[in-house]
Amino acid sequence: MGRLIRLDRTGHTTLAEWTGDGVLAEAAAAAFERELELGMIASVSHPDGTAEVVRELPVDAELVVMRRPIAGG
Amino acid sequence: MEGALASAGGLDEAARLHWREDASERTLRRDGRRWTAWTAWIVLVFTAPGLVLLAIQPLTAPVAALCFAHAWAIPGLQARRGARQVVPIGGERSATRRTSAEPEAERLALGLLADLVGHPERELLAASGLALERGELGVWLVGERGAFLVRSAGRRLDCWCVRVAETEDLPAGDRVAHLLLALREDELGFAKVANLGFSGAAWRVRRELPPRSRPALDAARRELRSRAATPPGRARARPGA
Repeated sequence: MGRLIRLDRTGHTTLAEWTGDGVLAEAAAAAFERELELGMIASVSHPDGTAEVVRELPVDAELVVMRRPIAGG
Repeated sequence: MEGALASAGGLDEAARLHWREDASERTLRRDGRRWTAWTAWIVLVFTAPGLVLLAIQPLTAPVAALCFAHAWAIPGLQARRGARQVVPIGGERSATRRTSAEPEAERLALGLLADLVGHPERELLAASGLALERGELGVWLVGERGAFLVRSAGRRLDCWCVRVAETEDLPAGDRVAHLLLALREDELGFAKVANLGFSGAAWRVRRELPPRSRPALDAARRELRSRAATPPGRARARPGA
């Protein structure tokens, strides 16, 4: 089961959950697109401890995290 | 390319900084040498007049002592400034100290952050307020704002000024999670986006850290020393692996 979350002032908000590539995945993809349009960045963690920026919802991912951009201080 | 050291399709934030030089091990070594040269220059500039004064007239000892004090204090102030660029969770300037901080949001954010880091790092995070992340450039210690990079077998420490661009009311754990994810996505891109505020001997920064954060630096240095002792080619475990 996949989960799309956004890091925000509440800690995090679950935007969508899906299994397989059915209707729920389509709704998750729509939510994903909306977040990208708002300037969020999508990150998928891998089992080896690395992470990857994704620009399309990976339906096989367990967890996709939407984060804000970072900047130098 | 997934995460890791260099990523052509890595951080968007780094790609936007087209005027900035790409970070690499070479640029880090060069910047480290510049910091060392600058510190040596400061020490020389204040020590030499003091020695000359003492040689000419021993009665000027109080003035010479003032010169020596400057030679000691200015590098110390630089190290303190570097140490203060990193804000540990729960520290004096932590988001958890805000009057608007919501305990439930802070708890949720810390829970997610704990899921992102490995088990030993989780305990270190709870104790020190810093997230330890093994990278190719060295070992990172990530705070709510700012990050330390320990390298050169634990002898050198770089202090990086970096933050979430629009923090608003993000809980402390989420601030760390943002930086940690960006670091894991593209380590060199992260170093390109961040501003280097200090580079020097790790012991100089250690004494300026809050006591509870010092074990995190010690753990990073131990990690690098054991890495140096590991035969080349042997895979290193990463948190969460």
